[in-house]
Amino acid sequence: MPGQFEPLPGGGAAVALDDVEISIIRSLAVQLLELIGPGPGEDAPSDPLAELFAEGPSEPPADPVLRRLFPDAYGDPEKAPDSPAQAEERRAHSAEFRRFTENDLRAGKRENALAVIRSLDGLAPVGEGGAVLKLSPEESRRWLGSLNDLRLAIGSRLEIADDEDTELLYRLPDEDPRKPMVMAYLWLGGLQETLVSTLMS
Amino acid sequence: MVTVTSPAPVEIERTESAEEVFAVPEPDVPWVTIVHNDPVNLMSYVTYVFQTYFGYSKDKATKLMLDVHHKGRAVVSSGTREEMERDVQAMHGYGLWATLQQDRK
Repeated sequence: MPGQFEPLPGGGAAVALDDVEISIIRSLAVQLLELIGPGPGEDAPSDPLAELFAEGPSEPPADPVLRRLFPDAYGDPEKAPDSPAQAEERRAHSAEFRRFTENDLRAGKRENALAVIRSLDGLAPVGEGGAVLKLSPEESRRWLGSLNDLRLAIGSRLEIADDEDTELLYRLPDEDPRKPMVMAYLWLGGLQETLVSTLMS
Repeated sequence: MVTVTSPAPVEIERTESAEEVFAVPEPDVPWVTIVHNDPVNLMSYVTYVFQTYFGYSKDKATKLMLDVHHKGRAVVSSGTREEMERDVQAMHGYGLWATLQQDRK
């Protein structure tokens, strides 16, 4: 069935994709890669230890999508700090956490997006401009993570802040400039939903 | 007339009280990982993450997911600060919005 992952016997999942769908997912994954950026070792490929010892940033990213993908680890979104001292403590702890985790987190999301691109590029065309994508269990997990990152990225660009915003998106008129992105967002949600169910079955 | 040269009756060596300025957290107060609601993550995916990463049963994972969805947040694990930092990092890896804090009741 188009737009839905189905479990494969023995593990893994499969979905039929047409050329347009393949190019949309690929293009979104490439954009995500560009947004996440290269790892610290890519500036000095001759130094194998550069990646290992590089510290990550201590400030939250300026881009709202990246801020959602790499949020502060310390803090309470529902409750402001009790005092300037507490605010400063949270900021300092979040900065330290970021220095020691953000490079690894970026690398993980990069690898998932690369796995998506590689599996799409390896597709053999069948029939009329489409293909059947077959994923191993390992590839399924990477796809699942990357589909979620893509939806977080689009959701952030569409400024979906609460459940009511999602309801509004369903009712956008066709001429709204956000409509194509909303269609992609909802379609990716369907793909992700069916991919989760193949992994839980 | 103001005497400015009176010997200062101040103890110079005050390192102990200087250290007291820093609040030392109770070592036996556990830290917790909190997952916050967001409108993008699918309910099925959040349940999947709780089952896969924490090894929780489907019932427990579903209950925690529903707490996140309805109450806006749920405590999903507790332990040392280092353990909770690992859990928060893992949640961020999955794309869930998580923070850690000391479990002050």
